[in-house]
Amino acid sequence: MINRSPYISDAPSVGAIMLKVLLALVPGIIAYVWVFGGGILVTLFLATTTALVAEAVMLKIRKRPIQPFLTDYSAVTTAWLLALAIPPLSPWWLIVVGTLFAIVIAKHLYGGLGYNPFNPAMIGYAVLLISFPALMTKWPAALQLAQTKLGFIDQLQFIFSGALPPQIMLDAVTSATPLDYLKTQLTLKHDVASISQAQIFGTFGGKGGEYVAGAYLLGGLYLWQQKIITWHLPVAFLSGLAVISGVFWLADSAHYASPAFHLFSGASMLCAFFIITDPVSGPTTPNGKLWFAAGVAIITYLIRVYGGYPDGVAFAVIFMNICVPLIDAHTQPRVFGHEK
Amino acid sequence: MNALVNLASLLRTAKEIFPFHGGVHPPENKAQSSQLPIGQLSLPEKLVLPLRQHVGNIPKVKVSIGEHVLKGQLIAEAEGAVSAAIHAPTSGTILAIADATIPHPSGLPDRCITLAPDGKDAWIDKKPQNWRTEDRKKLVASLRLSGIVGLGGATFPTHIKLRADGKSGVHTLIINAAECEPYITCDDRLMRERADEIVQGIAIAQFMLGAERVIIGIEDNKPEAAAAMQLAAANSKMEVIVVPTLYPSGDARRLVHLVLGTEIPHDKRSTEVGLQVFNVATVLALYRYFEFGEPSISRIVSMTGNVQQPQNFEVLFGTPLPHLVAAAGGAKADTSHYIMGGPMMGFALPDENVPITKAANCIIAASPTLFKPPPPAMPCIRCARCADACPVNLQPQELYWFAKADNFEKAADYKLFDCIECGACSYVCPSNIPLVQYYRYAKSEIIAADKAKEAADLARERNDFRLARIEREKLERAQKHAERAALQKEEAAKKQAEKALVNDAEITRETNDALQGSTSKASSDTPEDTAQKAAKQAAIAAAIARAKAAKAAAVASGDAPKNVVNADDAVKKEIAEIDARRDAVGLSEKPAIEPVVDEVKQAKIAAAIAKAKAAKAAADAAKLSGNVSENKE
Repeated sequence: MINRSPYISDAPSVGAIMLKVLLALVPGIIAYVWVFGGGILVTLFLATTTALVAEAVMLKIRKRPIQPFLTDYSAVTTAWLLALAIPPLSPWWLIVVGTLFAIVIAKHLYGGLGYNPFNPAMIGYAVLLISFPALMTKWPAALQLAQTKLGFIDQLQFIFSGALPPQIMLDAVTSATPLDYLKTQLTLKHDVASISQAQIFGTFGGKGGEYVAGAYLLGGLYLWQQKIITWHLPVAFLSGLAVISGVFWLADSAHYASPAFHLFSGASMLCAFFIITDPVSGPTTPNGKLWFAAGVAIITYLIRVYGGYPDGVAFAVIFMNICVPLIDAHTQPRVFGHEK
Repeated sequence: MNALVNLASLLRTAKEIFPFHGGVHPPENKAQSSQLPIGQLSLPEKLVLPLRQHVGNIPKVKVSIGEHVLKGQLIAEAEGAVSAAIHAPTSGTILAIADATIPHPSGLPDRCITLAPDGKDAWIDKKPQNWRTEDRKKLVASLRLSGIVGLGGATFPTHIKLRADGKSGVHTLIINAAECEPYITCDDRLMRERADEIVQGIAIAQFMLGAERVIIGIEDNKPEAAAAMQLAAANSKMEVIVVPTLYPSGDARRLVHLVLGTEIPHDKRSTEVGLQVFNVATVLALYRYFEFGEPSISRIVSMTGNVQQPQNFEVLFGTPLPHLVAAAGGAKADTSHYIMGGPMMGFALPDENVPITKAANCIIAASPTLFKPPPPAMPCIRCARCADACPVNLQPQELYWFAKADNFEKAADYKLFDCIECGACSYVCPSNIPLVQYYRYAKSEIIAADKAKEAADLARERNDFRLARIEREKLERAQKHAERAALQKEEAAKKQAEKALVNDAEITRETNDALQGSTSKASSDTPEDTAQKAAKQAAIAAAIARAKAAKAAAVASGDAPKNVVNADDAVKKEIAEIDARRDAVGLSEKPAIEPVVDEVKQAKIAAAIAKAKAAKAAADAAKLSGNVSENKE
């Protein structure tokens, strides 16, 4: 008989952990639907289905047991994060291609669950952003702002056929995101104060978008309360982003947006609680988590301000993923009874 | 009872606690076995006493088959420094001295003494000792005959831990009464029922160590025990410190940190920082030994889990497990196997007929419903819950990765050997990875590789030494031969001189020849040969000198002297090490002259190396066993 102590265990399964992550995303999804319409539900459904099919096929090809891996819900988590990151009013194949890339290449070709060095959702996002830049910046306007409101059926029809109801132009239902708008306006020599007079801006970030960000924050706090994530990553990311944007803002508030704007715009909140908290591709030591998240925050900010893309979360995460082995190796905590 | 609980909670708030990193809260499951008082067992039909019940050498059997022994009679004597004696737990006849299955994870049979009780339970002539008046050295020496080992589960011979002769430098004695493993309640019951005796045992250990301070550490899930100890220790300066229930606070180094805030350095033993840790049951055994002259023949065992009536029993060593199970009302129908120790660090017994030994603090009857078979292991998702749970602040996820990849060097770098195998990491792993098994595997592989390397080094050195000896003997033979030849020639020359006295010139020449021959130790017969030989030797000497010069030049110019120009650094380093070793034993550049001096010198060096190795091996072994003992005490 093998000595397999301990004989008892008290751990949620990987599946239970992932289910809680999905549950924590629900407030964000509700806010999303309220702000941008039900189209996101279609995108989520497409992403989930694609991810599960791709996962099953890859497991079959790799001769791995299908059931235990499908029910760990890691593929679904990847799918949801990708779906929430891309514009909801995009053709159906965009999310399918992105999800396939995330699951097949970024996950399974690297060895599947536990072995992928990069965050699969962010790889999928980066591939789509580079391959289909025009589609990836076509965000719907918040429903409160849109000159023309699209119903769920209209959105569904647009996703699958690309057709809008008669007399509705695409420009009427989409708008630049606040980050995008800020960037282009700044290049036109406007200052931040006048730019943020535009109606797409809300209290902190974009009108509507900031509610979604707030809902992500709520879900993130739930994950923390449930001990699914530790405070290190979100706190280091958000404070890192606040500090770097604060420094620039204090130095020149005419040309740099406030920390609050950066925290509640783009994918900041999603990144803080759901993206960089992917354990597989992230660091494991407490100090490593701080360095990692601060690095993501700084790179995100630099890309937003100086880079070629309105938001920089995906590239920042992928870059910091590369650094994880280095970070872990240099942030080993002091072992009991050892000098540092 | 409520008053006692309040007292215990008062104690808790009174003392400062220094928490350690990590730890887990497994369900305690202690109430099942802690309700009833410690029960006594009837005499079993036979007692099977494994010789290997403790850390260290197996003791030497002092009885023969068929011999009648009395209760408490020494039947196996401690052998070597780290060893413990074994005594007859009752009077009876030695039935057998043979191999039988022992309670060990390996499941391998080992030498056991089987005793058939005669039912009289007749004691030997007990010799109590007054520890207050006896010479301390004598007391410690007599402990070697007590058979007492650490009863917390580590079974490290106690006489070694007390060997300090009062010059130990131990200022604080810590009594480990944390009993942090689930299910186990033997120390709990012992403290509730025999606190006075325990306190007297503590006084003995304190006296023998010369410790000024005594701290008794108890987890707060044993308020009655804490209160009983507090009451018993009321007239002494012993401090009862109640620590929060958190597994593994009963690990010696963790407990020391909890009560004192002291972190014992990883490469030091607790005594080196003035601390010593004893388990409550161990000090009680000390008391019984000195006060009544009773050697270690029994212990308290928690018989719990899937039995009808879980309870603690005082069990004679060697009692077959079925006898104990029967006393607890028998096992329930779905009992699948038995676990010795707790569910966190215990192991499944290879056979249900094994005897109870000094290490057996708890036996848990297991069933598939009590301990669900673990779901299949999933890949590690690097969630680092294990790192959060690790009481040593290791990174179990990294150690797992290295162990799995057989990257043992890296595993050791990440402090694998600081792992106490408490199982907290596996306990919280969402992927159900048997982490501790990976660490045990990596540790054993590293230890085996170290041993193999040492053996290989030794073999190589021996071979080098042998080759050098053969070479030396050859030279010696040649030299003797030359001397003999020269001598013969001298004699021949003398004879010739005596014979041919007529020719003066010739005589002179011959004598010169002979003289020359004897001084140069040449073996030739004619002057021509001598000249040739000399020329040849000169040529050889010149060649050697050239080679040496070339080598020196190569070394000076920084070129590697051997075929190592293309070798990598590791190989070069190894070569350098080999050269250094060869230099040390005088193998490279061995001078051909003075072989006798050289031999003596080499032998001395070899002896010194062997001694140093033996000392290192002994130290390693002691350290290993020490770690184990401290971890569990």
